[in-house]
Amino acid sequence: MAQPSGNSAGKSFFGRFGVHLAVLFFVLIWTLPTLGILVTSLRDKDQIIASGWWTAFSSSSQTAATRLAPAEAQVQKDGRFIIEGNIFETPGTSTVSAFGTRSAQPTEFAAGEVADLKDGVTLQVNEDGSYLFSSPVAFEGNNGRRVYYAATVPPRFTTENYGTVLYSAGIGRSFLNSLTVTIPATIIPIMIAAFAAYALAWMRFPGRALLIAVIIGLLVVPLQMALIPLLELYNGVGNLFGVPSKTYLGIWLAHTGFGLPFAIYLLRSYMAGLPRELMESARIDGASDFEIFVKIVLPLSFPVLASFAIFQFLWVWNDLLVAMVFLGSGNDQLVLTGRLNALLGSRGGDWEILTTSAFITIIVPLIVFFSLQRYFVRGLLAGSVKGG
Amino acid sequence: MASQIISAIIVIIVGVGGCLAYFWGANKLVDLVFPSRGVSGAAAVDNLRRQALVRPWLFIGPAILILTVYLIYPVVSTLIYSFYDKGGDSFVGMANYRWLVSDAEFHNSLLNNLMWLIVVPAACTLLGLIIAVLTDKIWWGTIAKSLIFLPLAISFVGASVIWKFVYEYRGEGQEQIGILNAIVQAFGGQPQVWISLPFWNNFFLMIILIWIQTGFAMVILSSALRGIPEETIEAAVIDGANPFQIFWKIMVPQIWGTILVVWTTITILVLKVFDIVLTMTNGQWSSQVLANLMFNWMFRGGGDFGRGATIAIVIMIGVLPIMIWNIRQANKEGGR
Repeated sequence: MAQPSGNSAGKSFFGRFGVHLAVLFFVLIWTLPTLGILVTSLRDKDQIIASGWWTAFSSSSQTAATRLAPAEAQVQKDGRFIIEGNIFETPGTSTVSAFGTRSAQPTEFAAGEVADLKDGVTLQVNEDGSYLFSSPVAFEGNNGRRVYYAATVPPRFTTENYGTVLYSAGIGRSFLNSLTVTIPATIIPIMIAAFAAYALAWMRFPGRALLIAVIIGLLVVPLQMALIPLLELYNGVGNLFGVPSKTYLGIWLAHTGFGLPFAIYLLRSYMAGLPRELMESARIDGASDFEIFVKIVLPLSFPVLASFAIFQFLWVWNDLLVAMVFLGSGNDQLVLTGRLNALLGSRGGDWEILTTSAFITIIVPLIVFFSLQRYFVRGLLAGSVKGG
Repeated sequence: MASQIISAIIVIIVGVGGCLAYFWGANKLVDLVFPSRGVSGAAAVDNLRRQALVRPWLFIGPAILILTVYLIYPVVSTLIYSFYDKGGDSFVGMANYRWLVSDAEFHNSLLNNLMWLIVVPAACTLLGLIIAVLTDKIWWGTIAKSLIFLPLAISFVGASVIWKFVYEYRGEGQEQIGILNAIVQAFGGQPQVWISLPFWNNFFLMIILIWIQTGFAMVILSSALRGIPEETIEAAVIDGANPFQIFWKIMVPQIWGTILVVWTTITILVLKVFDIVLTMTNGQWSSQVLANLMFNWMFRGGGDFGRGATIAIVIMIGVLPIMIWNIRQANKEGGR
């Protein structure tokens, strides 16, 4: 026995090491993309396009162009005309590694080197950005000489992007619109579903089994089936009463309808699991169904109500399709997902806008998710494992 | 803006209050119409029976009304629309279906949807299972699971932005800011415009959904794995089974039912996949799928409701077998 057990201990050491490595690998793949947009949303706009976000914490190298001070800044010294200054607006943060005077060769000379620019004209740019431009004849012209340089820029983080996005890209307004859609669309179905679920779980009436079967069937009906008829219905109602067809009321009811099968299903299977004796003893004490529901079943069902609320909240907040069909695209109705989709079209390459907007869009679900994960997982398990 | 917040609050109060008032009022009404107290014994029994007959329908009435308007009526109506023309005015018989059968973009969508249907549920289930087994063995497994689970809370649009940034392309030799191309370039490969490579781009879009849904599969399967009795696995270890044998021959068969549930749940989701394709490619570079094609015909193709409805029916047909299976399964359980 000794031999094999020693052998298997050795294997399990490497085995365990491998397990840690494998899990680490998966965790990295699953978190890096999100981390990427978080880091990017906090970076400086110019640095985002200059280097990958994973280099954000180290200094980045950038090639840029600037102009030296114009001719009027020149002083005469030892028979030469000299212009002195610093190419950086705020010296002391970046370091120059090389410079040049032609765009074809922006890094022709190393920092500190004295570049000979024909006819006795020389230019020296030092690491700290200070320069010495010298010529035997007087400088002329109102524009300073163009100079190219490669500089090492230290990492710079800013919350500027968030300000831009919230106020000028319309994300702030959309955030409010999303809340306006989500909160009523989460609360209304809970009420309606809870009563229906109680009836289906604890009341006897003809057609009950059929109703349960219908609800389980509706559970998987694709949303796409509902879009065209409901759109026509809304347009019809709008024309009939002379009201707009795209309203918040319309989308609240639509989300209620689409969420209801899952709500009833989830609540019913939970309520059916409550102990029968509880209901029966209450009934003997003379309690009506309404009292039993309000005083016993509802308080006991709190965990499953919370589960469904989280589901419905996430689903409505993250929905794009229903919002695109039943709400307008104006500033007063565009929700976050819709705005993000619009920004992808109009600001396709502006990653500072896109990543910041995306992060604002996902921050609420992430908070809900992390603070209420227990209920979320419970709902998930109840909704699918039993859901056969 | 302020008025919007106020109106939302009013609606919450009116909606919730209205629901409560309805249920409470209807309940009171039944008690009034069929009184069970203060009447003779026989009448009370009669009225109690009538109450029991009416009350369930009061409880379930609002739900039935909403389900009928928002799901049952539309399903029937969409089926009817699919036999009508663009505006839904004149009957065209099978014309929409004939058009569908010969439409090249539909063929492409159908093919892509089939690939999605095979790859995404399989990848999610397999990865979810592997991660569930692995994380069960280490002390930081719960944290790892939380992190892998996290994308489930992210919207498809948000996830699309996240992955669009991963796939971002810069010309060869330039500094890549998309991590995928940066890795490719670091290994000496050529950077690619991943989402516009015909055929392969489908897989790059699928990765997004797999990234989102693996957490779901993992959580469900992990809880099923916990349900396997310890003795079964211990017995297999004593008999000298290696980890792979234990995984494939002991664990997988024991949780087969759960695997099926996870698989079908993701399948239904995949059939409806829309947001990812809309935001990443909008169906360009032959990455079209049915749900996005339908949306195109509904709103962009001049609003052809007939053809849109026909595509919706195709999606519905895909869901139908799962629906029937679910109802059968539930009936079997209901028999207990």
